[in-house]
Amino acid sequence: MTRYLVRRLLWALAMLVAVSALTFLIFYTFPSADPAALRAGRQATPALIAQIRHQLGLDQPVYVQFGTYMKDLVLHGDLGYSYQNNVSVRSEIFSRLPATISLTVGAVVIWLAIGIPVGVISAVRPRSKLDRAVMGASLVGISAPVYFLGLIALFLFASDIGRVHLFGGAGSYVPLTQNPRQWFSSLVLPWFVLAAAFAAFYARMVRGNLIEVLGEDYIRTARAKGLSERRVVFRHGLRAALTPVVTLAGLDIGILLGGAVLTETVFNIPGVGRFAYDAIINSDLPAIQGTVLFGAVFIIVANLIVDILYAFLDPRVRY
Amino acid sequence: MAPVLEIRDLHVTFRTRDGIVQAVDGVSLDLARGGTLGIVGESGSGKSVTGLTVMGLTRLPNATISGEVLLDGEDLLRLHDDRLREIRGKRIAMIFQDPLSSLHPLYKVGWQIEEAIRAHEHVSPHAARARAIEALRSVEIPSPAEFVDRYPHELSGGMRQRAMIAMALVLGPDVLIADEPTTALDVTVQAQILELIASLQREFHTAVLLITHDLGVIAETADEVAVMYAGRVVEQGPLETILDGPEHPYTWGLLRSIPRLDVPRTARLRPIEGSPPSLIHPPSGCHFHPRCPYVMPMCRSMDPELLPSDADHLVACHLSPTEKRRIWRGLQLEEAAAS
Repeated sequence: MTRYLVRRLLWALAMLVAVSALTFLIFYTFPSADPAALRAGRQATPALIAQIRHQLGLDQPVYVQFGTYMKDLVLHGDLGYSYQNNVSVRSEIFSRLPATISLTVGAVVIWLAIGIPVGVISAVRPRSKLDRAVMGASLVGISAPVYFLGLIALFLFASDIGRVHLFGGAGSYVPLTQNPRQWFSSLVLPWFVLAAAFAAFYARMVRGNLIEVLGEDYIRTARAKGLSERRVVFRHGLRAALTPVVTLAGLDIGILLGGAVLTETVFNIPGVGRFAYDAIINSDLPAIQGTVLFGAVFIIVANLIVDILYAFLDPRVRY
Repeated sequence: MAPVLEIRDLHVTFRTRDGIVQAVDGVSLDLARGGTLGIVGESGSGKSVTGLTVMGLTRLPNATISGEVLLDGEDLLRLHDDRLREIRGKRIAMIFQDPLSSLHPLYKVGWQIEEAIRAHEHVSPHAARARAIEALRSVEIPSPAEFVDRYPHELSGGMRQRAMIAMALVLGPDVLIADEPTTALDVTVQAQILELIASLQREFHTAVLLITHDLGVIAETADEVAVMYAGRVVEQGPLETILDGPEHPYTWGLLRSIPRLDVPRTARLRPIEGSPPSLIHPPSGCHFHPRCPYVMPMCRSMDPELLPSDADHLVACHLSPTEKRRIWRGLQLEEAAAS
């Protein structure tokens, strides 16, 4: 187990270096606006732009820039400063993390609370009217893009532009510590919008897994023991069907903690995803690098946790 | 003494996409208290469905079941699901072909046995555990106190089947339905498991319904034999009668198709020609007629009834008794000549 962990952690480090290098490469290979020109503003002289370029180190070769970046990162944990407004990328990301965590955790709770029961109901009566209706609806949920669902939700329920003024609209987010009531109200719509596609997907997955498991020989054994149907479905069926769901949920949480870009943008939530979006719009390399690396760390850690968790969930798995 | 389990004119059909499958078609069987009834037949003969139906495990939306399954005179087919659940596992237990897939992979063996106890009796977790250990001891598992904490994948095939048997017998059922209990096991382990079932049966006075495709298994364990073909019993009687004086061409085929060690290795195996019939569109008349070497014109149109040929020997075949005896004697002579 320890050996396995050490190996996994070394791989994780190698992966992060590769991710950084790739981000640099993409930034300089693909067309993007000149960060120095953007920073200099509308009436900039070439001299000013050149001066800014020098300040930011953009006049140096790419590999030197990359070297400097990695050195600061490794030695000081420093992610550099935004080209746009000179704030520390690291402190900016950390200050935005609570918003992203709030969004993610709420959405996870909602999609699991909807997806698992719906999947179970469908699996227990496959091809029934209820099953067909629910699975049809889930297809809509999976297919509808977040920005579409998000706008619909805002137009229907937002307190500013909605038909029914129920919840906070776009840009109404405040930290939990500042005003819990408004925090909650501002997040209800984003939670549901973000959770919709996941809930639909998880419902289909739970349904598929559970139908398969309920056909297993050990389910027949459980029935033969004289257990109640409820116990057969939950203790024997769902227990086995949920293992892959836990894996997927771990990965999805990791991805979302790296920034739910679309949802945060539609609802103007000042989270990591919104920061990534702004960074890309502004060709702000350090900010892009920072958010990408941050996302990568979450995904790698989530992966590792899921793999370790798996050994606890399934006794057949050993490292 | 009245039989502990009586199956009367049991019919089981399943609606499927391809049509209606007549899986069990008018089966009647008696299982004596403490006795062993072997049901033998090919895959698709309805033997497993018969066993599962006794347990109520074929109560599916697409199934139609009629007839009677009497446990001490109480008709299980008419019982409400909840009432049947109380009997399942407690008074009738079942073990299956593949003990690895039949045990839950994520729970410890002991837990699974304890669950069977707690499903029927209000006992403390501690008492349940003690009984699980006792049950494992009774199936001759070494150091059962440690065994309870093992997962199924950590055990050998024979140990898994022993655990299944322990789980089935822990509540002292009147009837054990064993559906191909040794098919997935090594030959040496097969014999041990059969012996174990037989000795536990004597000890607890459990009646066993042994379902198998293997006449060798039947020959070792059963007192009564029912031969099934295409959802029907075609021949039935005491073990010796079926082995020594079988009267149905299908039973002859089964007996002759057993590989033997006492004939030269160059001797060819003698399979029953053809394959099991479709249960959606079964053959007309006698279901076996397309594969029967002794088929007569009437076999294609008239369904033979299962009629007594002796006191306790039932056969469903149009051949006359003298004809049957003549053919069987001929087959035995041929057999003797080969070895």
